[in-house]
Amino acid sequence: MSDERKPILETRKLGITFGGLVAVSDFNIKVFQGELVGLIGPNGAGKTTVFNMLTGVYKPTEGSVLLEGHVLNGKKTHQFVAAGVARTFQNIRLFKQMTVLENVLAAFTKDIKYGMLDSLFRTPRFWKTEKELKAKALDLLSIFHLEDKSDYIAANLPYGQQRKLEIARALATDMKLLLLDEPAAGMNPTETAELLDCINAIRNRFGIAILLIEHDMSLVMNICERIQVIDYGVTIAEGLPDDIAKNPKVIAAYLGQ
Amino acid sequence: MSTFLQTLFVGLRLGSIYALVALGYTMVYGIIRLINFAHGDFIMVGGYTMIFTIPVMMSLGLPAWVSVFLAILVCALVGMSTELIAYRPVRKKGTSMTALITAIAVSLLLENLAQAIPQIGPNPKIASQIFAAGGIRIADVTLDWTTMLTICISVVVMVVLYQFTQKTKVGRAMRCVSEDKPASILMGINVNRTIVTTFAIGSGLAAIAALMYIAQYPKVYTTMGSMLGLKAFVSAVLGGIGIIPGAMLGGFVIGLVESFTTSYVSSSMADAFVFLILIIVLILKPAGILGKNMGEKV
Amino acid sequence: MIKNKTTQGYILNTLVIALLLIGFSFIKEAYGKAGDFKLIIAPSIWQCCYLIILAASLNLTLGFLGQLSLGHCGFMAIGAYSAALLSLAAERAGIFTEKSGTAFILVLAGCILAAGILAALVGLLVGIPALRLKGDYLAIITLGFGMIIVNIINNLPFAGQEGLAIGSASPSLYKNGLGFGTALKVTYIWVAIVVTLVCVAMMFMFVRSKYGRAIRAIRDDEIAASASGINTSFYKGLTFAYSAFFAGVAGALYACSNATLSTASFAFSNGGILNSTFVVVMVVLGGMGSLTGSIAAAVVMFLVNYQIKNGMWVKLLPMWLQNIFAFPMLVYAVILVIVIMFRPKGIFGTYELSLRNFVSDMKKQRQSRLLQKQNNKEAMSHE
Repeated sequence: MSDERKPILETRKLGITFGGLVAVSDFNIKVFQGELVGLIGPNGAGKTTVFNMLTGVYKPTEGSVLLEGHVLNGKKTHQFVAAGVARTFQNIRLFKQMTVLENVLAAFTKDIKYGMLDSLFRTPRFWKTEKELKAKALDLLSIFHLEDKSDYIAANLPYGQQRKLEIARALATDMKLLLLDEPAAGMNPTETAELLDCINAIRNRFGIAILLIEHDMSLVMNICERIQVIDYGVTIAEGLPDDIAKNPKVIAAYLGQ
Repeated sequence: MSTFLQTLFVGLRLGSIYALVALGYTMVYGIIRLINFAHGDFIMVGGYTMIFTIPVMMSLGLPAWVSVFLAILVCALVGMSTELIAYRPVRKKGTSMTALITAIAVSLLLENLAQAIPQIGPNPKIASQIFAAGGIRIADVTLDWTTMLTICISVVVMVVLYQFTQKTKVGRAMRCVSEDKPASILMGINVNRTIVTTFAIGSGLAAIAALMYIAQYPKVYTTMGSMLGLKAFVSAVLGGIGIIPGAMLGGFVIGLVESFTTSYVSSSMADAFVFLILIIVLILKPAGILGKNMGEKV
Repeated sequence: MIKNKTTQGYILNTLVIALLLIGFSFIKEAYGKAGDFKLIIAPSIWQCCYLIILAASLNLTLGFLGQLSLGHCGFMAIGAYSAALLSLAAERAGIFTEKSGTAFILVLAGCILAAGILAALVGLLVGIPALRLKGDYLAIITLGFGMIIVNIINNLPFAGQEGLAIGSASPSLYKNGLGFGTALKVTYIWVAIVVTLVCVAMMFMFVRSKYGRAIRAIRDDEIAASASGINTSFYKGLTFAYSAFFAGVAGALYACSNATLSTASFAFSNGGILNSTFVVVMVVLGGMGSLTGSIAAAVVMFLVNYQIKNGMWVKLLPMWLQNIFAFPMLVYAVILVIVIMFRPKGIFGTYELSLRNFVSDMKKQRQSRLLQKQNNKEAMSHE
C-alpha cells in the first residue's frame, strides 16, 4: 500500500569507496513520510558512513541519493539541509559556547528572511522575526522539557539533555527527513524511556520520516516500523522487527560467526 | 647563459638551506600538528650562539664549525623548554586556536628578547668565515663548496631522519603519534616524551641549518629567523607537510623560485611569489606534492 | 514605561554615551595646560579611535568566527592608501581647496567610505581562497596575503614608490589631501569619534542577529553548523569582508591623522603598533568574542604603548628594564604570552560589558543570595 506513495528518501545502489576500501556498496532504502525506519548493524558496518552520504558530508562514489525524487549527490551539506534532511551526530556536536536557546536559533538561520540592512537599522521586520523565532525555539525546546533552561550554556547541560538539545536543533531546520545517529548512546534506561517518548511526540506532531541508527535493541524493536541491517557495508536483511530478530544472518553478524 | 647559471646556483644555495630548515619544521608539525612559528627563531638562537662560540673555538685551535655542537645543544634545550613551558600546558587546557597564538607569541618573544638583550642587541653581527671559500667554476660562474656541502648535509640528514623514523623504536613512536595520538597512548607510547624528543631533534636540526646559513650568509640579526622560517614552512607544505623527502623537494623548489624571481622579475616581488605558491598549493593540493589527502572524521 | 528589556538597554547605553560626549566637550574646552589638548590628547584620541575599530573588527573574525587572520593590517593599509590617494585626486581636481566647508566634508566622508569598500573587496578576494583552509594554514595564508598586499602597494608607482612613501628623496606629496596637521586634528576630532561610534554600532548590530549566531555556530562546530543548514562558506566570506571593511575605515582615519604614509609601518615584523600581531594582542587581551572587551583592550594597549614610549617614570627604572621598554613589541609579546597561557579568555571572555547586564547581574546575585538564605533556613528547620 505504501509503495504507491513517493518515498521521502530513496537511495539507489548507493556506495562509497575510500582508497581501496569499499566502505558501503549497493545500499538501497526507501523511507516514506511518517515512517520510522531503523538502520542497525555491528560496529564499523558503515551506518554512519551511510548517514554521511545522506547529508552531503561524503560524496558517494556510486549510486544516488534522492529526496522527494530530487537527486542530491554531490551537493553540499547545507544544501541537503535546505532540501529537508536534518541529522544528529554520534558524538554530540553542539555549539558549546552558545546558550541552549541560541543553539536552536542558529538552526533557523537558513529560513530567516531579513538581511544585512534590516539588522543594521533594526527595522520592524527584524524585531518581528526575532520575536517569532524566539517563540518557535522555546516551543521546540518545550517538547524536550528544556524551555526553562534556555539561557544555560549548552556545554553545561547534563549528557542526556545535550542529546535532546541536538534533536531539538535538528527539528528547527524544518526537515522532512530526520536522521538520528545513536540517540540513545550513553543513556540509562530512564533516559532512554524519556527519549522514546520524545521521539513519539515528534512523530505525532510533525509526521516526518525518521531514519534511526541505534545499538540499543530495546529502543529499536520498540519503536521502529521497519529495520534494515547492514554489515561490512552491505545490506544483509530488511523487514519487520520480529522477522529481523529471528533472522539467522543478522544473529550471525552480531555474534561474529 | 652565465646569468642563468648564477641564478641556478643561488637557487640551489637558498634551496639547500630551506630544505634543512624545512626538515626540522615538517618533523615537528607532523607530530604536534601545530605550526611552530618559533622554529625560525630557534635558527636565530643557533646563529647567535655560534657568533659567540666561533671565536672561542678558533682560539682553541679548532675549526670554526665545531661550534655547531654547542649550538645544537642550546637549540635543543630552547626547543624542549618551549614545548614544556609554553606548548604543552596550552595544548592540554586550550584549543588549537590558543595553541597557534601561543606559537606566535613565543616567536615574538624570542625575536624581541634578543633585540632587548644588549649583548645581542638590534644590530646585526657578522660571523667569521667558517668553510673554505671558492668552489667549482662553470662558465665564469662559481658554485661554492659551501653550497655543495650544504646540499650533501641536507641529503644526509634526510636519509638519516628517514631511517630513524622507519627503523628505530623512538622514530616509529614519533610516526605513531603523528598518525593517531589516542591510539599511541593506548599502545603504551609515552606521547609526552616522544613530543619532547621530536622538539629536541627538530631544534637541533635548526642549529645545523643555522651553521650552513651563516656559512653562506654571514650576517646574523634578530629577525633572520622569521622570514626563513616562513619560507621553510612554505617549502614543507609544498613538498607535503609531515613528509621528510617532501621537505627536501619543497625546499629546493622554493629556493629556485625565489632566485629566479629575483633575477628575472624583481627582487621585491620574490617574497610575494613564494607566498603565491603557498596559496596555489593550499588551494589546489593542500596535501602537497608528495602528500595524501585525509579528511576529517565525522 | 518601556518594558522591553532590549530597548531599555539601548536607551541606557545611548544615554551613557551621550553623557560621556558632553563631558568630553567640557574637557576639551577647559583642559589644563593650553597646548595639551592640541598636542597630546587630540592625536591620542585619533589613535585610540582607529585602534578600537581595528581591534573590534578583528574580533569579528578571530573571536566570533574563530578564524585567525594575520593579515588585518594589510586591509588597513589598503584603506589608508586609498583614502589618501582619493583625497589627493579630489584636491587636484579642484573639488576642494581648503580643508573646510561642505565640499571637504563630502570628500572626507567619501574617502572614508571608499577606503572601507575597497578594503572589503580585497577582503573578499583574500577570503574566498583562504577560508577553505583551517587554523594554521589560514593563519599563514592571511599572513602571506598581508605581506603581498603591502608588497604590491609598495610597488605601485603612484603609491609606494614615488607617491606617498617616505624617504628623504621622495617628495611627500601627501602633505595635502587628507593629512591633518595638529590644528585640524582638533577641529575634526568629532569625525574620528563619530566614525568610531558608527563602526562599533554596526559591529554590534551584526553580532546580535542571525549573522552573529551563524558565525558563532561555525566557530563552535563547523560541521554541525553545516548540518544545521548554515552556508558556512557564505558566512565566512561575509564576515571576512565585513571585518576588512572596518579595517579599511580604520586605515582612512589613520591617513587623516598622519601627514605622511609609509608601507613600512604596516609590515608584519615591524615593532610598531600597526602590525597585525599588535591587533591580535588587543583582541586576545580584551577577550575573543567580546566587542566591549576589544574596545577596552584597545584603550589599555594604547595607554601602555604611550606610557612606554613617553612616560616620565620610565627614566626612573633600572637600566635593564629601560632596555626592555625600548622595544615595546617585547612588552606586547610578554603580555600576549601571559594572557594566552594564564587567562586565554582575556579580560572579558565572551561577556559584553553593559550597564543593563551589570544591573541585572547584581539583581541575580542578590536573588541567589536571598534564595540561599532561605534554603539554609529551611535546612536548619528540618533538623
